[in-house]
Amino acid sequence: MNQTSTETRAVVVERDIAFPPEKIWRALTQPHLIAEWLMKNDFKPAVDHRFNFRGDWGSVDCRVLTIEPNKTLSYTWDAMGLESVVTWTLTPTSTGTHLRMEQAGFRPDQEQAYQGAKFGWQKFFANLEQTLARAD
Amino acid sequence: MPDTHDVIFRTLVDPTRRAIFERLCRDGDQTVGALTAKAGVSQPAVSKHLGVLKQAGLVRDRHKGRQTHYSARPGALAPLIDWTSQMATFWQGKFDDLEDLLKRMDQ
Repeated sequence: MNQTSTETRAVVVERDIAFPPEKIWRALTQPHLIAEWLMKNDFKPAVDHRFNFRGDWGSVDCRVLTIEPNKTLSYTWDAMGLESVVTWTLTPTSTGTHLRMEQAGFRPDQEQAYQGAKFGWQKFFANLEQTLARAD
Repeated sequence: MPDTHDVIFRTLVDPTRRAIFERLCRDGDQTVGALTAKAGVSQPAVSKHLGVLKQAGLVRDRHKGRQTHYSARPGALAPLIDWTSQMATFWQGKFDDLEDLLKRMDQ
């Protein structure tokens, strides 16, 4: 089990956005703006600052790792048994910004797997509900 | 693999069985007797639930003297909990919300 618990995996989401990096940077680093698209938080743009994201399902423990204004931001993201690091990268393009988010984390062990599965079920049922609502 | 999902969901939909599985995940290796003490159902009922959990590949048993010890199988829930796909869906949604916010924001 120790063998598998150190295996890392990652999620990458990328998108070309029609706004300059400076504007996206504000949305990524100002708490009241972050709250509008991600979650309520007590983020501060300072390395080693510890903060939380708070959702209706629980909270995420975070610590700021790196900040390079308008370019890159990374913080730890620990929630529901998942220990991970979220890294935002902003690259200017001719039409705006290429925004990349990578979340790299450790493969869940047994207890984490169970917590993860519970989350999976919630999502599963939420999706089911939506599907049913659309079916009316 | 949807079939694996089906089996896991069907196996864990029973609250007593789910509680037994949860206890094995949380507390590790246990005998039928120890599980019965906390399950609130008879020992034969616990044994039956363990049989179903074993068939679904969620637990394994090990004989030690006259006792059978049960434990949760590591990775048993792996098919359900591919966190990367969960988080990918989460972040895709958040990217949409971020774009909406950017449209509303002042320059």
